[in-house]
Amino acid sequence: MPQSNNENSMSIKVLYFASLKEQLGCAEQQIESAGINTVADVWQLVSEGREITMTTLNSVNQEYADLDTPVSEGDEVAFFPPVTGG
Amino acid sequence: MISILEKAFNPWQAISDYQERMQCAGQYGACASFVGTMRDFNEGDTVKAMVLEHYPGMTEKYLEKIIADANQQWALLDVLVIHRVAELLPNEPIVLVAVWSAHRKDAFEACRFIMEDLKSKAPFWKKERIVGSDQSGEKNRWVAKNTSGY
Repeated sequence: MPQSNNENSMSIKVLYFASLKEQLGCAEQQIESAGINTVADVWQLVSEGREITMTTLNSVNQEYADLDTPVSEGDEVAFFPPVTGG
Repeated sequence: MISILEKAFNPWQAISDYQERMQCAGQYGACASFVGTMRDFNEGDTVKAMVLEHYPGMTEKYLEKIIADANQQWALLDVLVIHRVAELLPNEPIVLVAVWSAHRKDAFEACRFIMEDLKSKAPFWKKERIVGSDQSGEKNRWVAKNTSGY
């Protein structure tokens, strides 16, 4: 996974939860915002070419989003499997 | 009120304590509640324990949204939602939804709505510690999806 440790405003925070976190071996990373316009762009950068499964959900700034949702620097993007609470 | 707890809780005591402190005494004629409890079986396997993961921040935000949506649809006086996270054992309560209203229709319907929306969209994930029926010993398994409640 492309990764950088600087947490300045030029980066985007990406989070993973549950089984997806285990599959990727990563809970959180920072990516450069250059060239990122949507959630789909974030996935393409972090997934190293893996297809996103139909059931994978995502959020931007802690609200449900979809692959076309705009993303910009300073945003928090998360990917996670179907929820199973309650 | 929303509460995410890492330790076991008593939902009946929580309802009683919360109701005593509510500002709307005399106004409510109905309280409907739902308590979800951890089973010791799932999909034919014995479940020894469970770990509940959540998305801190988004979970609370989403639960606030569900309660706001319910307040738009029904005349509610108060709502209490408590959800466990971290390690749980069988027979421990996982979730409590309690709703107070002047008349029973609003409390019943809103309680159901809040619970179903929580199950289908609030960001929590269950991982079970199971003993498989094939004698292969204990292993961990993520619960793949919740069944529909309707």
